[in-house]
Amino acid sequence: MSKSKTSSPAGFAVLPNGPGAAAILAAGIGSFALGLLAIVADKSAFLKNLFNFYKPTGPLSGVTTSAIFAWLLCWSILEWRWRRKNVPLLRVNTVAFVLLGLSLLLTFPTFADFF
Amino acid sequence: MEITTRELWTMIHGMGFGGLYLLACSGALVELFRRYSPNISEPGSETDARFLALYLAAMATLAWLAVLTGAYIVYPWYRADAPAGTASLAAFPQRLLLSSHATSGWHTIGMEWKEHVAWLAPISSTMAAAVCIRYGRGIRHHPRLRTALVCFLLISFLAAGLAGLFGAMLNKNAPVEGGSSIHLVPEAHP
Repeated sequence: MSKSKTSSPAGFAVLPNGPGAAAILAAGIGSFALGLLAIVADKSAFLKNLFNFYKPTGPLSGVTTSAIFAWLLCWSILEWRWRRKNVPLLRVNTVAFVLLGLSLLLTFPTFADFF
Repeated sequence: MEITTRELWTMIHGMGFGGLYLLACSGALVELFRRYSPNISEPGSETDARFLALYLAAMATLAWLAVLTGAYIVYPWYRADAPAGTASLAAFPQRLLLSSHATSGWHTIGMEWKEHVAWLAPISSTMAAAVCIRYGRGIRHHPRLRTALVCFLLISFLAAGLAGLFGAMLNKNAPVEGGSSIHLVPEAHP
């Protein structure tokens, strides 16, 4: 990783890729957290009750609120650490895509029933 | 001609916010691809970049409105428990679907998937909007950032499409009904 703010051929400063990478990786983590929390809330009576933040909506309210909180928290931390850096974006993208793919799989009820 | 408040909110949630999101998302994907295709050498103007950022922000707002109205307004009506001894389950869609083997899958697979997967859309579109606002025209210099935006928006389109498809089928098999009536056209008296 390098701290940089390089110039483009047109002459204006190019922002480092760190802030963008932070947003991408945090979105992957947030999506994965959603899938994971959906499964654990479904499998455990204790957690189902714990995630019942708003009774008319049931555990869905706690699962989604917690996943969004995890996403925003990760985003803030990564943004703070990477705001002036260039990071290996290929690796960050790969991890984010894997997490996003897993989140699609984890939210699918038939797959979740294997656990 | 009349509509109930629950039917109206279901329409606002699905056909309003959800439908508009799907339309906007397809437009954003085409625009991102067109604007940053490797064959295009001219850099876009500052106004173009600002427009795309605002467009994505509006799209993210639609996604949030769709999931929030779905989870906190329509879903509680859908999952309401029928009091013991209720003869007709028409006002309790989840109970109605689960009462028959022929329809239970619409809840156990359809709604169970829809209620979670739909949330990938606001997360992905908020990320895309934030990146476009932050980088503006400068995103041209980060091809891997653009690839990630397009991939996340594609998944968000898929997630919103799945949620929309199951929402339509659920509402066909067990519509969310009830509440006070809103008269759209006054009744004609003979």
